[in-house]
Amino acid sequence: MKKAMSMEHLDAIEEIKKANLFGRGGAAYPTGIKWEQAYAIQKGPKYMVCNADEGEPGTFKDKHILSEDPFELIEGMTIGAYIMGAKEGYIYIRGEYAAIQKIVKSAIENAKKAGYLGKNILGREGFDFELKVVSGAGAYVCGENTALVESIEGKTGRPRQKPPYIKNCGLYQMPTILNNVETYSCIPWIIKDGGEKFSSMGTEFSGGTKLMCLSGNVNNRGVYEIPFGITLRELIYNLGGGIKDGRKLKFVHLGGSSGSCFPESMIDTKICYYDLKKAGFSLGSGAVLVVDDTHCVVDYLKTVMEFFEEESCGKCTPCREGNHRLVEILDKMTEGTATMDDFNKMKSLAQTMKTTSFCGLGQSAPMPLITLVKYFEEEFLEHINGKCRTGVCSMSGKAGK
Amino acid sequence: MDMINLKIDGFDVSVPKNTTILEAAKQLNIDIPTLCFMKGINEPGSCRVCVVEVEGWRGLHPACVTKVSEGIVVKTNTSTVREARKNILELIMANHNRECLSCPRNLKCELQTLCNDNGIDAIPYEGKVDKGCLDTSGPIVRDPNKCVLCGRCVSVCSKMQDVSAIDFAFRGAHMTVTTAYEEGLASQECINCGQCIKICPVGALQERDDTAKVWKALENPDLHVVVQTAPAVRVALGEEFGFAPGTNVEGKMVTALRRLGFDKVFDTNFSADLTIIEEGTELINRIQNGGKLPLITSCSPGWIKYCEHNYHDFIENLSSCKSPQQMFGAIAKSYYPVKADVDPKSVFVVSVMPCTAKKYEADREEMSVDGLRDIDAVITTRELAKMIRQAGIKFAELEDSKQDSILGTYSGAGTIFGNTGGVMEAALRTVADKLTGKSLECIEYTAVRGLDGIKEATVNIADMEIKVAVANGTGNASKLLDKIRAGEANYHFIEVMACEGGCINGGGQPIIKDKSTTDAVKAARVKGLYDIDVSCEKRKSHENPEIQKLYAEYLGEAGGHKAHKLLHTHYTAR
Ligand code: SF4
Ligand code: SF4
Ligand code: SF4
Ligand code: SF4
Ligand code: FES
Repeated sequence: MKKAMSMEHLDAIEEIKKANLFGRGGAAYPTGIKWEQAYAIQKGPKYMVCNADEGEPGTFKDKHILSEDPFELIEGMTIGAYIMGAKEGYIYIRGEYAAIQKIVKSAIENAKKAGYLGKNILGREGFDFELKVVSGAGAYVCGENTALVESIEGKTGRPRQKPPYIKNCGLYQMPTILNNVETYSCIPWIIKDGGEKFSSMGTEFSGGTKLMCLSGNVNNRGVYEIPFGITLRELIYNLGGGIKDGRKLKFVHLGGSSGSCFPESMIDTKICYYDLKKAGFSLGSGAVLVVDDTHCVVDYLKTVMEFFEEESCGKCTPCREGNHRLVEILDKMTEGTATMDDFNKMKSLAQTMKTTSFCGLGQSAPMPLITLVKYFEEEFLEHINGKCRTGVCSMSGKAGK
Repeated sequence: MDMINLKIDGFDVSVPKNTTILEAAKQLNIDIPTLCFMKGINEPGSCRVCVVEVEGWRGLHPACVTKVSEGIVVKTNTSTVREARKNILELIMANHNRECLSCPRNLKCELQTLCNDNGIDAIPYEGKVDKGCLDTSGPIVRDPNKCVLCGRCVSVCSKMQDVSAIDFAFRGAHMTVTTAYEEGLASQECINCGQCIKICPVGALQERDDTAKVWKALENPDLHVVVQTAPAVRVALGEEFGFAPGTNVEGKMVTALRRLGFDKVFDTNFSADLTIIEEGTELINRIQNGGKLPLITSCSPGWIKYCEHNYHDFIENLSSCKSPQQMFGAIAKSYYPVKADVDPKSVFVVSVMPCTAKKYEADREEMSVDGLRDIDAVITTRELAKMIRQAGIKFAELEDSKQDSILGTYSGAGTIFGNTGGVMEAALRTVADKLTGKSLECIEYTAVRGLDGIKEATVNIADMEIKVAVANGTGNASKLLDKIRAGEANYHFIEVMACEGGCINGGGQPIIKDKSTTDAVKAARVKGLYDIDVSCEKRKSHENPEIQKLYAEYLGEAGGHKAHKLLHTHYTAR
């Protein structure tokens, strides 16, 4: 913080650019460039907002920072406020994290008492920054930037039409810098040790370290901080201790519920934004959900789609109705009553949802479906023929167990 | 102007900056389907029916809210686009009560056309999500299970009408448009204007159907059933039977009403003239005797309810005059029975109105005299058309005929009541004559005409500067009253119509299916009424001979005791 205050604003931003820091929320936009663009906007007041609405099943890394090291986040946001000249900031934390809200609130109070927040921060005349915790009402869509901002404004959390983008016209129609908890938490480190050092811990394309949430059928579940560049196999087998009960890995669901599912044959891919993209996946929030061969892809997918059915905000047709219908068809599949027409409809619908939904939620909701169909089409076809190879689905007596 | 060049479906087009893809395509005569979009009113980009491909852009993009940019290549008709459109329409239809044959919007439904045009031949999904039950609490009937969640009604109600009686609730497939706590619309601040009905693309909103009540009365031999038709009905009814908007079908309408079995066919224009005499007198009284000013017109029941809910401090400014509809009823059950020698108790008064709020107005408790309700049934222009069709009457081929006497004669002033600014102009024609004691030649107050939101004028009458304003729609009325409250404006006389454009655009008028023609249709209806005005022999209310006779024979003095008992009312803060 002190170092940042001794730097020129643009120099500080330059360090962040050098750090090769991509947004850790899921969209993976280069943070330095985002800040540079936001800095250039000549309109104010500007707001700092933190998305701490971590709501995706399998994602729990921000929780870790919020409860174990909230000052890192606060410092990151305050540095941002210093650079942007923002006077107010908001940390939007989901209602389900009630205990964590308390921790963060008291951290803010402490920082304020010590002169790191509030008026004339660290004695610098005119450097004022107030930080508030806002509680979300528990809607996954509020992780979407514009819906989050609507929610802070007191409206129902539903996304806004873009453009205008948040950086131009965000909270109260003012320029807003919105980042995720993990992203902000990287800032103090980058300023202190320099962008190049941060970047050197990662790959050529992805700078620094990443918090990964390892869950599912794996021995050592938890949050791991890894340098970019290790493979998923290393994460799962070396750090995670392999699959439970010595079973076989069936697929990995990467990046949270809206991420891709891919089979074991692809887990030698490096955890790096570029490598993953080349393989057709995205890192998302960094969740790695390991699924072993006791699970049925159709049954698994149905559970995932039920989540989206529940969490769709309802604003646009493809997501509002589409998720509901995907669940309906998957329901039929698990019961053995689905037909080839249903299967084809499901594929076509998923494509339409991906290309026409209003916001990221609806656009990415069909990703697990699209990828599971791609890698496990056979299993879907078996279900249409009244068979579930894992014996999980009820096939009106026709189950293949 | 900065021009942007782009290609749509292989054709070059050049449009100003900030144009949407939808508008740009229109220039090339390429029709991109839309559902939720209403220019300037509702642009949520949410139904996604209008999506198109843009080369190099990820995903598809809604043409209605996506602005053009230099050099883009747009494709509106590829298999991807067609498949997406079809999928989206199937999704909408799957969660929709598909009962076209028994739907009031059948054949005028935008969704029906979209499905037809986009090759929807089967619905591949099974279940339906219950989105709530039919709301029949008041004159506006809502069927959430036919709602496609376009949000047009929500926008019109909040942005145009400044009422906000309805909004979205819940999420995902359970999302619905409903009232606060899902209560009946009648218990809300809804002003029954019906603007939501007109803008709804489907049959999710409709008026309470009162035709059965009217049929029953017509078939009752003990009843003497009379009908009045509001000025704006005659220039719109024809649209239901293939006539161009604005065509005056008064003669055929009168013939049709006789065929339907009404004992007498009268005209609200007559009581509009009567209203002018009473309201004009009230204005002169208030100006000359230091009464509460500005005087605000009271003929629009939607506006009255709006004022009762939101502007309690202006209730005393409202004219105490009943609306022309109610005045007609009061006269039809007092003076008319004496003249026609019928039992007042047997007289059943039906109104044909361009307005859904008139149903509410007729139901208001205070709208009766000596135990007799002023009005017994109100049907809209649309409902009349329905009755005419039910009766098998070939409307277009009917001969013209004339209204009955004695409540059927009217002046041009009474006619223009149907337009925004019309009441003002009609009143000024009479007030000017009364104040100057002359019969003035110059009677066209064009400053108060037209479809602007707020119109202001200062007219010099008998050396007095009379300041007037016309508010077009309750949203504009609210703006005007706020200015007065803040001391930034003051007037002697204000006209307010709840519906934008006045009754020609009332909530009971024929549905304009192609919403892009709305402005043209409105303008044609307006012109229709002013044309009738010009063709009238008498163009001032006080020159209407039957009105003169009514006062001479029955009412006595304008604003006098008898007039007050029959023709005036009071309001309640809500
Ligand atoms: S995709 Fe549409 S319905 Fe789904 S969350 Fe986004 S806006 Fe809401
Ligand atoms: S709203 Fe339209 S599509 Fe729906 S039932 Fe009525 S006519 Fe048919
Ligand atoms: S009738 Fe008018 S006030 Fe009532 S819901 Fe419809 S638009 Fe709103
Ligand atoms: S009621 Fe009609 S206008 Fe309102 S949201 Fe539903 S479909 Fe749209
Ligand atoms: S018409 Fe464009 S999204 Fe609905």
